[in-house]
Amino acid sequence: MNTPRTRMIAAGAFAATAVLGLAACGDKADDKGGASNEIAVTATDSECKLDKTQLSTGNYTFVVENKGAQVTEFYIYGENDVIVGEVENVAPGLTRKLSVPLKSGTFQGTCKPGMVGDGIRTPITVTGDDAVAADDAELSAAVATYKTYVATQADELVKLTEQFTTAVKKGDLDEAKRLYPLAREPWERIEPVAEIFGDLDPLIDGREADLAQGQEFTGFHKLEKDLWIGKDIKDSGPIADRLIADVKTIAEKAKGAELSAAQVGNGAKELLDEVAATKMTGEEDVFSHTDLWDINANVSGAQQAIEALRPVLAKRDAAFLGTLDTAFKTVNDTLAKYKSGDGWKLHNELTQTELKELSDVVNALAEPLSHVGAKVLPTQ
Amino acid sequence: MGESNISRRTMLGLVGGAGVAVGVAGTSLALGPSGVAQAADVSAPISFYGTHQAGITTPAQDRLHFASFDLITKSRDDLIALLRAWSAAAAQMTAGHPAGATGAVDGHPAAPPDDTGEALDLPPGGLTLTIGFGPSMFDGRFGLADRKPAALAELPHFVGDALRPEISDGDLCVQACAYDPQVAVHAIRNLARIGFGKVSVRWSQLGFGRTSATTRDQVTPRNMMGFKDGTNNIKAEDTQLLDEHVWVPQGDGPAWMTGGSYMVTRRIRMTIETWDRTSLAEQEGVIGRTKKAGAPMHATGEFDELDFEAKGPDGKPATPMDAHVRLAHHTQAKGARILRRGYNFADGSDGLGRLDAGLFFIAYQRDPRTGFVPIQQNLGGDALNEYIRHVGSGLFACPPGVAGPGGFWGEGLFA
Repeated sequence: MNTPRTRMIAAGAFAATAVLGLAACGDKADDKGGASNEIAVTATDSECKLDKTQLSTGNYTFVVENKGAQVTEFYIYGENDVIVGEVENVAPGLTRKLSVPLKSGTFQGTCKPGMVGDGIRTPITVTGDDAVAADDAELSAAVATYKTYVATQADELVKLTEQFTTAVKKGDLDEAKRLYPLAREPWERIEPVAEIFGDLDPLIDGREADLAQGQEFTGFHKLEKDLWIGKDIKDSGPIADRLIADVKTIAEKAKGAELSAAQVGNGAKELLDEVAATKMTGEEDVFSHTDLWDINANVSGAQQAIEALRPVLAKRDAAFLGTLDTAFKTVNDTLAKYKSGDGWKLHNELTQTELKELSDVVNALAEPLSHVGAKVLPTQ
Repeated sequence: MGESNISRRTMLGLVGGAGVAVGVAGTSLALGPSGVAQAADVSAPISFYGTHQAGITTPAQDRLHFASFDLITKSRDDLIALLRAWSAAAAQMTAGHPAGATGAVDGHPAAPPDDTGEALDLPPGGLTLTIGFGPSMFDGRFGLADRKPAALAELPHFVGDALRPEISDGDLCVQACAYDPQVAVHAIRNLARIGFGKVSVRWSQLGFGRTSATTRDQVTPRNMMGFKDGTNNIKAEDTQLLDEHVWVPQGDGPAWMTGGSYMVTRRIRMTIETWDRTSLAEQEGVIGRTKKAGAPMHATGEFDELDFEAKGPDGKPATPMDAHVRLAHHTQAKGARILRRGYNFADGSDGLGRLDAGLFFIAYQRDPRTGFVPIQQNLGGDALNEYIRHVGSGLFACPPGVAGPGGFWGEGLFA
């Protein structure tokens, strides 16, 4: 996990994004890369009320609340009733969201109580620069791609952690040791997203060295210590139960996290910071020395973030993207030297020279990665 | 001398007052028409551009941050791009400006700043940045094998060498000297950052106090043994000696080195604790000078000529036969002369509770084979060897200066 200091920096970065958006966009979407301007839609059996109908081009999320008695739907129609976006099956009393990028033109916000007919229509007028809207759509698509990845990894995390904690509870020391680095991989691939939920991260992934006085040692690393140092897991059941419960909670939260493209980019940089800060030194998995599993997962998580952003980066700075690709390749090639069977060599099996080489190529990647966040900000 | 008596408080005062004058004071440290260096203004900038690199005959500043780099790229174009980027950043930082296009605070708030920022609000501080190319850069990776100067021949083993490879050698080095340690560290840090992916820091060394005077108006400083060091150094005013012993003249090896110089660095660990329990008389005999004045054993003034024939009251040589100054003197070492520019260091303590301290020796010369090498070979029998150990070593070819904006360090090497 991140040290408290790095987490503070990360929080600062998030705040900066928000402030920027406000300063730059006025009443427009305040964070066009993902979480977007919300418009409240109140649907009843006879009305379809939007709290804003004069909009500038950009990303919008229509928050549809069904206050009627019938199940309803909400559509955004463009010219000639082309469907721009829709959300179906909004049961009475429920609220559902519809996110769409809107270009300039006239649209119809439409509620369909009973899900039939032409619906109750409210005109929406959108004015402004369509290039900005197109750009917003690309950023949204990038974020959506990355969110799909986060969801897959969150599911994988739950699945593998379940296997790991089950082995711990069975008292199967060898199987638990085999599963420990594997269960951590999906975690390490998406950790910057998980870290948004600050209170859970330390419970799941807190290192013993980072504990404050009186703080309980829980999570992956407590079990790691039981497995490798104590070599005794007959009392580890409660910690295992708590780990899987916390992992399930954070997995759900991670899937629902709203992200901006800049956050996706900064997340990639944070993953490499993780590698440089605690894994290169062997401090992350200090008992098991399985740091290379984590390093590889961090790098592959960062690479997925860049894959999601690739169309945007290719358009904005193709040369820069080329630099990133080369740097990723160098890191992966260097890591590949330490593959061992299905897994990796242990951290303490690498010589100082080998670690220095790995550290050098990680730095070579992290430096350009630190500029991704700023390169995928919305155009003004 | 006035300068070294200036208290830190006064220095800070000077620094504050110099803010406005910086622009006009820009060349105050350069050699004047007579070849005489002006008094050191500890806050003014020193021009990055010139026939020779700054940081060699420049009046030795008080602080050092030295870094040796290994090239991790295999691309010649990368190396050239690095030298261009470094030269541009060096010109900016030595002028007292932050590195990069947008500096420390004027870039996009969502992007990491170009410059790291710890030198904001600080004056240029007499910063000089001096680059050197190590023998390993000419090993063929960059198509430079046929351009390697003969003078860059590997140093031989010297008596008592205990060199550690991890703090020796390197493909490239940068010597950063300034009157403010933060200014020197800032410069190396930003160059290292610019170099990520192309170079990797192999080792680095901080020096907290100069051990040599390089101009006549500088007081001779003391080293960690408490003795004045560098009394007989070649000084910036000795233009004939500089041409003879320090600068590489035309026709002396490859043309790209004309106007350059060769740098030898040695990390010399001193076993200070045993030195400190040595009697004053023995200390003076080991060095061959008096501790208080730095005078020859047969004289009273620091700058009195050494006379190795002089006898003491007991009829024995006044300067012992194994005294450091005797063996290091050019009259005893095949006429070899070097320009010393070393720094005291103290890097905390070792595991046995002893100070890890000593001298980070830096010497510039026209050719190490007729400079440092014969001197060091002559020091094989030096009485001082009992108290010192050479643990790090470096040899670098320092190209001539960058003529002006648009040029870059070592441009001639790639022409």
